[in-house]
Amino acid sequence: MGHVPTSWYLILAAALFCIGVVGVLLRRNALVAFMGIELMLNAANLTFVAFARARGDLAGHVSAFFVIAVAAAEASVGLAIVIALYRARGTVNIDEIKTMRH
Amino acid sequence: MTPEYVFFLFFAFATVFASVAVVILRNPVASAMALVAAFFFLAGIYVLLWAPTIAVIQVLVYAGAIMVLFLFVIMLLALSHQGPPLTLSLARLLGVASVAALFVALASLFLKLPEEPMTWANDPSRLQAFGSIQALGETLYTKWLFPFEAVSLLLLVAILGAVVVAKAKV
Repeated sequence: MGHVPTSWYLILAAALFCIGVVGVLLRRNALVAFMGIELMLNAANLTFVAFARARGDLAGHVSAFFVIAVAAAEASVGLAIVIALYRARGTVNIDEIKTMRH
Repeated sequence: MTPEYVFFLFFAFATVFASVAVVILRNPVASAMALVAAFFFLAGIYVLLWAPTIAVIQVLVYAGAIMVLFLFVIMLLALSHQGPPLTLSLARLLGVASVAALFVALASLFLKLPEEPMTWANDPSRLQAFGSIQALGETLYTKWLFPFEAVSLLLLVAILGAVVVAKAKV
């Protein structure tokens, strides 16, 4: 028995991605839906790092680094939008926020 | 069963367990704390994948910065009460069923992937450098310099955008 096969890591990434999608689909709280998106981004990162080890290529690590940076930017802007929505509507429930208009 | 397998299975099941907790817990603060736990376990997975630098960045940026941002927003909006229980309508069940089908399709595809022989790891110097902060920095500041600078600009724009959007009156 050598190292843990890459496919196991990929299956874990697929599981994380699917849990994230379920979170976005089921939860009506905008913040928890955002957490689902973060889970999906992490699943993408895990695939990058898994393939980086399989191929001995550091480009996968660099890509994961960029995904983390973009996720930070996405989280800051997304949470600012949630705050602005809460100010305008008094709720963060996605079902009650049907339109972008005031 | 080598220790690597034991650690992998522990971290994998802990990550999946914490991620499921993020989705099913009703209190947003509890969801956020479960997400912090999931990020920590995922950092353990990164260490197993010979990526210690990415693991440290994961803990610093995700579990540190991004989750603190989430918790601040939850407390700022006073959302730390119990949310409504999860209701299952037909549309939601269909959604969950199609996501489960997606997982089965992905997993069966990944199981068919030919295993990489990883012959590169037989070279001790490459194995030594792989995933170290020095090797990552060299790649980042030579081959990937332009994307790196572009990301710094993106972060600056994101900060300004967040301030403008969240401000009550511009």
